[in-house]
Amino acid sequence: MAILVVAEHDNTDLKDATHKTVSAAAAMGGDVDILVAGKGVKDVMAQAAKIEGVRAVLGVDHVSLTRQLAEAMEAVIVPLMGDYDAILAPDTTAHKNYMPRVAAKLDVMQISSITGVESADTFVRPIYAGNAMATVKSSDAKKVITVRTTAFNAAGEGGSASDKMLADPASPATSEFVGEELTKSDRPELAAAKIVVSGGRGVGSAENFAIIESLADKLGAAVGASRAAVDAGYVPNDYQVGQTGKSVAPELYIAIGISGAIQHLAGMKDSKIIVAINKDEDAPIFQVADYGLVADLFKAVPELDAAL
Amino acid sequence: MKVLVPVKRVLDYNVKARVKADNSGVDLSNVKMSMNPFDVISVEEAVRLKEAGTATEAVVVSIGPAKAQETIRTALAVGMDRGIHVQTDEDLEPLAIAKILKAIAEEEGAQLIITGKQAIDNDYGATGSMLAALLGWPQGTFANTVETSGDSITVKREVDGGLQTVKLTLPAVVTTDLRLNEPRYARLPDIMKAKKKQIDAKTPADFGVDTAPRLTTVKVTEPAGRSAGIKVESVEELVGKLKTEGVI
Repeated sequence: MAILVVAEHDNTDLKDATHKTVSAAAAMGGDVDILVAGKGVKDVMAQAAKIEGVRAVLGVDHVSLTRQLAEAMEAVIVPLMGDYDAILAPDTTAHKNYMPRVAAKLDVMQISSITGVESADTFVRPIYAGNAMATVKSSDAKKVITVRTTAFNAAGEGGSASDKMLADPASPATSEFVGEELTKSDRPELAAAKIVVSGGRGVGSAENFAIIESLADKLGAAVGASRAAVDAGYVPNDYQVGQTGKSVAPELYIAIGISGAIQHLAGMKDSKIIVAINKDEDAPIFQVADYGLVADLFKAVPELDAAL
Repeated sequence: MKVLVPVKRVLDYNVKARVKADNSGVDLSNVKMSMNPFDVISVEEAVRLKEAGTATEAVVVSIGPAKAQETIRTALAVGMDRGIHVQTDEDLEPLAIAKILKAIAEEEGAQLIITGKQAIDNDYGATGSMLAALLGWPQGTFANTVETSGDSITVKREVDGGLQTVKLTLPAVVTTDLRLNEPRYARLPDIMKAKKKQIDAKTPADFGVDTAPRLTTVKVTEPAGRSAGIKVESVEELVGKLKTEGVI
């Protein structure tokens, strides 16, 4: 069996999500190749070749792939799938965008956000916002899979895969990149951070989020938020931790003013240590927290900040 | 421009899903069902396009059991013009849904299809992009803002790290994210009027596409639990515990 893993990268650095997706692929058994699609991908390809257990790294380098737009990714990947039995990609926004296109073109039902590999055709995935886990068996000849990366350990380094450049793709003319507004931050990336400090509706306003950010900066942590805080407009959507946002599994997760709706828990319950600070002692967040502090966050958080 | 909005009837957002004792699925008997929240946002966006004069007609489609008609009526009550109900008691997979929607889009001559980014029951997040691929149309997923102008649509998308803007040539598929708009509530007179709006009744067989399932559910189980830890009395005690754990 041959499996293609699509790399997560920003044209400069290979992201850890790739290593985790390689682990999921390895659990299915077979040869694992990595596809690096982007612009100026030589460095990223070299990093990918070092991942343990990888057979080959395929590179496709073209201006139309700089932002990995869905139509361009579909055009690159679908012709490659003649040589592969499965394709896996991290379930980040970049890959969630085009993977269903690939699946539809191959006439395959995508298996989204898997958290476990039972065998080469049977997988575990969360449904109903993580309230239930479904084990599904695919009868499709080829498998198209996105991977909830927090559920897998990163594959190690030390490999020496071969590399191969592919021909330039035909660029689709119906979709073009106009611009981007990326959140500028010196903080670590939410999905990869060792410590995450998240705020919820209890924080009360966008201005009040400053105390969450201050604590995060003291700890060298990423800042997250519950869906309620995003809905209320306190923070941008890309801060959102939960079933409709990001999944995180840091060493330490500090939930502040977050009640603990199931959809939030789905995105953070795999964290190693969970701390909850909430004034409502009956908040469901305390049922998953290792350390709970029943307190007014506007007193406790500055106190914690000062104590560190 | 004709706009098509597919909607799904799902377990209400505020109801906790319960796994059936025989592990065959989630118990949907005698529980509140509603329109998928992302689809509510899609409907609102289509109605706004109509109010702005951009859309000439806004058509709502639901593929599901007899009761999916109620979900269609909900969309008609906030301003969609007409409904199509493809009745089936099977829980069709996104691939099958996308094939049926493709046939409907072609029959209707739709220029824009707005879908939710995912349904909150099976969480596949696949229908919109699958439909775009089958139609050979471009897509703007996880939409935060959409703006149409002539034969193109500009979509600001929610992506990891911020927002990305793409310009698509129509016809196109847009999938909606949370911040696209604030959906309105239906007014009583509009709910009454919606009862008179047309809903065409169809079945999957009318479209001649392969809807056979590709995935078999082996079992559905409760997620692994995480037990509650301890309550600390003070910030000082908390800091002490975290230092002992070696995480700060």
